[in-house]
Amino acid sequence: MRVWAKLEDRNPTGSIKDRAALAMVRTAEADGTLTPGCTILEPTSGNTGISLAMVAKLRGYGLVCVMPENTSIERRQLLEMFGARIIFSPAAGGSNQAVATAKQLAAQNPDWVMLYQYGNPANALAHYEGTGPELLRDLPTITHFVAGLGTTGTLMGTGRYLREKVPDVAVIAAEPRYGDLVYGLRNIDEGFVPELYDDAVLTSRFSVTSYDALRRTRDLIEHEGIFAGISTGAILHAALSVADRVAARGERADVAFVVADGGWKYLSTGAYSGSLQEAAERLEGQLWA
Amino acid sequence: MAIEVKIPTILRTYTKGEKAVSATGGSLAAVIDDLDTNYAGLKGRLITEDGSLHRFVNVYVDDEDVRFTGSLDTPVADGATVTILPAVAGGSRDRA
Repeated sequence: MRVWAKLEDRNPTGSIKDRAALAMVRTAEADGTLTPGCTILEPTSGNTGISLAMVAKLRGYGLVCVMPENTSIERRQLLEMFGARIIFSPAAGGSNQAVATAKQLAAQNPDWVMLYQYGNPANALAHYEGTGPELLRDLPTITHFVAGLGTTGTLMGTGRYLREKVPDVAVIAAEPRYGDLVYGLRNIDEGFVPELYDDAVLTSRFSVTSYDALRRTRDLIEHEGIFAGISTGAILHAALSVADRVAARGERADVAFVVADGGWKYLSTGAYSGSLQEAAERLEGQLWA
Repeated sequence: MAIEVKIPTILRTYTKGEKAVSATGGSLAAVIDDLDTNYAGLKGRLITEDGSLHRFVNVYVDDEDVRFTGSLDTPVADGATVTILPAVAGGSRDRA
């Protein structure tokens, strides 16, 4: 049993989202949707916005990000540093509300270009052409791939590539489970499923609590010296759940999991100090993935 | 030993505000039937008329999404935890 980390925190702005952001911009430029001086609009809980902000700055675009207000201060600071404008959506509405608000703004501002990471095929394609081949090149014996489920781009793109090359590979999703504050009174009749999502690509899907995500995030520091963001802890938790089952069956496995970003942007949440229980309570009500 | 079922805020009107309730049953379908006996109307919010899980409801048995473990036929052992959540961005879709 071997568990491998793919260190996507080493991308230029520090998260796996650099892949999707650059791919979406390049695609929009190639098909003429994005022209010099354009303003890009995007709903984001942070990382995609930060990646887009860097690309936009270097290529001369404006950027408007719609972000839930209960995200960490560092994300806001990084976005502002790269020159993005932030429109906050209500915390109670979570990422669903950010998507809805962005869609309204897109309708009101027809000259803005919404790249829309939840439904843009270039997002998944970046992983089909990048993350997937890199993993297989470095770990030809891969048996399991574990990543976070948000826009679903990482899992859809990487998962499709690996399934084509390694038919028996298991593709496992880890999604954050927040406290009541985040789900609030969300109506179960009006949920949201990203257009990119196809559950046929997945083998299983785990919901990970803030507590378990934090516990694994700290384990990574303790045992490997890897300072990762909280969503990575959730991904590792799912990876280890699967690894335990495989080990119990006495089978061989090479489990690869994604380190989606570093911990820098979450220091202000108190995730890395004090007791686990206290830190998990502080995280309640915050979007950490 | 019973099964603990965690109820999302939006459905707590059915459970008199309780965040978690206990139920019995060897499968998810049996657990939901048992819930409906004690908390009438709950089943109708989770399962559609054609008998499948509502598209925007995610159900987990011991943290694993039941859509990948047999849906309503998913085994639920004594002592297990069933978590019901509304789908958020990154939510699930019925397996067609």
